[in-house]
Amino acid sequence: MSAEPRNWSTQRANREARLARAHARLGGALQGKIVETGLARELLHTVIESGDRVCLEGNNQKQADFLARTLAALDPAIVHDLHMLQSVLALPEHLDVFDKGIASRVDFSFSGPQAGRLAKLASSGKLNIGAIHTYLELFGRYFIDLTPKVALVAAQAADRHGNLYTGPNTEDTPAIVEATAFKSGIVIAQVNEIVDVLPRIDIPSDWVDFVIPAPTPHYIEPLFTRDPALISEIQVLMAMMAIKGIYAEYQVERLNHGIGFDTAAIELLLPTYAASLGLKGKIGRNWALNPHPALIPAIEAGFVETVHSFGSELGMEDYVRARPDVFFTGPDGSMRSNRAYSQMAGHYACDMFIGSTLQIDLQGNSSTATLGRISGFGGAPNMGADARGRRHASAAWLKAGREARAGKNTIPRGQKLVVQMVETFREHMQPAFVERLDAWQLAEQAKMAIPPVMIYGDDVSHILTEEGIANLLLCRTDEEREQAIRGVAGYTPVGLGRDKRMVENLRDRGIVRRPEDLGIDKRLATRDLLAAKNMKDLVRASGGLYQPPKQFRNW
Amino acid sequence: MKSYREATARQRLAAMLDAGSFTEFLPPQLRVTSPHLHQLDAPVSFDDGVVVGSGLLAGRRVFVAAQEGSFMGGAVGEVHGAKLTGMLQRAVVEGVDAVLLLLETGGVRLHEANAGLIAVSEVMRAVLDARAAGVPVVALVGGSNGCFGGMGIVARCTDGVVISEEGRLAMSGPEVIETAGGVEEFDARDRALVWRVTGGKHRYLIGDAQEIVADDIDAFGAAALRLVDAARAAGTALTLEGLEAEHALLADRLARFGACDDPLEIWDGLGIAAPRQVPLLETDAFRELAAAHRLGVQP
Amino acid sequence: METLRFDLTGGTRSLAGAQLVGVVGSGNLEVLIEHQDLGGGCEVEISTAAHGFGTIWEAVVRDFHARWQLADARIAINDMGATPAVVSLRLDQAAELTTGSTGDAP
Repeated sequence: MSAEPRNWSTQRANREARLARAHARLGGALQGKIVETGLARELLHTVIESGDRVCLEGNNQKQADFLARTLAALDPAIVHDLHMLQSVLALPEHLDVFDKGIASRVDFSFSGPQAGRLAKLASSGKLNIGAIHTYLELFGRYFIDLTPKVALVAAQAADRHGNLYTGPNTEDTPAIVEATAFKSGIVIAQVNEIVDVLPRIDIPSDWVDFVIPAPTPHYIEPLFTRDPALISEIQVLMAMMAIKGIYAEYQVERLNHGIGFDTAAIELLLPTYAASLGLKGKIGRNWALNPHPALIPAIEAGFVETVHSFGSELGMEDYVRARPDVFFTGPDGSMRSNRAYSQMAGHYACDMFIGSTLQIDLQGNSSTATLGRISGFGGAPNMGADARGRRHASAAWLKAGREARAGKNTIPRGQKLVVQMVETFREHMQPAFVERLDAWQLAEQAKMAIPPVMIYGDDVSHILTEEGIANLLLCRTDEEREQAIRGVAGYTPVGLGRDKRMVENLRDRGIVRRPEDLGIDKRLATRDLLAAKNMKDLVRASGGLYQPPKQFRNW
Repeated sequence: MKSYREATARQRLAAMLDAGSFTEFLPPQLRVTSPHLHQLDAPVSFDDGVVVGSGLLAGRRVFVAAQEGSFMGGAVGEVHGAKLTGMLQRAVVEGVDAVLLLLETGGVRLHEANAGLIAVSEVMRAVLDARAAGVPVVALVGGSNGCFGGMGIVARCTDGVVISEEGRLAMSGPEVIETAGGVEEFDARDRALVWRVTGGKHRYLIGDAQEIVADDIDAFGAAALRLVDAARAAGTALTLEGLEAEHALLADRLARFGACDDPLEIWDGLGIAAPRQVPLLETDAFRELAAAHRLGVQP
Repeated sequence: METLRFDLTGGTRSLAGAQLVGVVGSGNLEVLIEHQDLGGGCEVEISTAAHGFGTIWEAVVRDFHARWQLADARIAINDMGATPAVVSLRLDQAAELTTGSTGDAP
């Protein structure tokens, strides 16, 4: 029996139909690929079909905010039930589309400022969460089972052919566009300006279908700027412990720092404390990191050799431009960031991740989940996980692997250092150490299959608090692990519940180490140890090249 | 370089005065705390947020007061104010070389209502009495909370003000101005604007501060002594001629700059070539530039 | 404000004079430590804006006493929500200043 031959080009045909509709509808208002700003809504009504998977560039930093506003202003009678794919739900408009019935389903990675409203929308049924991912997972699925039909992205500039310049804040754009363009999708870019000649081409025009000049430059959040004036003595002490007890101990040359004041303190202690220990050239040489302003003194002091970035940081553009030996920059001089590649580098090519968290349980599982907020993961789990696919060796990786497997009958392998750094009490005397993570309750509340854990306990190698460092690699039983954690949990109920004798024994074996065991004089732990104590110091350290955003300066 | 701004009140005094020369009046172990705060079941401080005492500065005998900005924003309550007033009165009795007021405060401590208001006015009178008796009184302004409210007035009742770029001196605080005048009139969250209007560089240029120094405790001390010597040479007591000259300066200032919307316009009006560069200049370069343009300098 | 009082015994290290460490700012505390004839005892009185943390204060104070073993000492604290880490830091700073030593490692 002969059946109908299968049509293997349905997607391509559908794409052609949408483009034809757009041309018909916009007529002369479409100049090549460039669409008049005022017709953005018209365009989206024409090329988006109900039920489409739409990837809107809401990144950690860069936001296609004009396209987000335009999408949220569509008529749900014309376009509805969209399946949104997004790295970050950052803007109110990102959730307005669900309130208005324009979209009904979302797969994302992180929600930050919208986490509370997201939880409400999810529980009210207006929004269906497919899954919450890490950035790299989400990018990966763009090529497997979540390929976008329409991509709404943001670029700094386009030329008249539709080539795009994404510049320092390139971020997620290449991953999104590649998946969309090469699976018959439609790529629409909002740009800050149209120019005759781009500084360089980041996205070729072949991959772009429409370019819309936005009425205002796309929003970028300065997420990674930390004012040194806010770093406390306790954070200085913890940074000293990290440097002496871990960085020096394992000779950590390649690393990623999670976001926060704890890591900013470490960055600012490199040119001072770390240098005094003779560690220049031995630690902190190659980084997967955004251009943190707090890293400027370490760069100037010659500690930092290379930095590859997930995105840029507002105000750092000129400094980066002046340091091409360190940062990844194009022939035009401006930085090129790439979240997908940097995440990959952080996962496979770095020997250590160190970051902060909100809660840790007795197995070392670490979570930032709080009740009433669905915040997601971002990229931390990619960095904060042992890279089991890794094969190349380094001193730090081999040493960690040996410590984890000493006395066990397994084949030797290395292991990534994954350090969780946290003060035992957070604001309002909330303990950071708990018997049961809030994540369990959140999972019940939000009907998740499993509790959302940022870093799993079996990936954590060290926990560092103001009380000391617990080396979990050296623990051989669950009980040892639990007591090691209790042994650095300070005066929290978890800490007060320690078996004092066991913890002393762990201390004798070097599994728990206090500042004095590391030879650290607590009296040195003052703000005077910071290479920069305020934003002006950072500007001075950069030779005037760093220009802090308005909210960080008083000049 | 030891940061004045980062130091506590006690640390400022310990670093500025000659080593071991400081003796505290009403030290914390006497526990002279605020009865009003006790009544309100609010936290108290053993020194009620101000350290007063005597010491030597470059060998000169001085009385000092240093307000602790971290405690209630350095605001002045009854006990705090009484310590300042008592110290100023004792300075006259003992005939010291000078009084240094290290001010970091939001002004009156509202919790203490009228007692706080009266306290500040008593401090004002005590400052003027000390000057009338021939004791120079110098204000030092460089803490992160600035010197605001009634204490801003006190600062300008002294023989002179030493200020740093980071220091701020004014009467009404930024939030108060925004609440009263609206955000278009004054956006309190525009930190660059707040420092342009109330910060050390502007105060130095329009004649409200007579010395500007880097954020360094020793520099503050040295500049304070320069103002003390200048006051001794010129005479500390208020005179009719002096007040009339001050009024003339203020009238002239109002006439020339009353219609300006932003200090940038004032600096331009003073003859500064690149007003936008002013906030970016380091202290020494700024002082050099300001020399030819700033108000309040005797010809 | 919550007031807590602990009377500790068995101390051997004496101190001279009086010292004040810290400031009563948010997340901070001041510690006044002075010599007082208490028959060898060490008295700690705490006035704190954060209520309900008596158990933790007791643990912190007892650990402090284990480190320093102060005798004939009166310690008074005005606290505005400092974490135990900051409290221990200030207590150690105050003890160091009045005894001129660095205490015993626990």
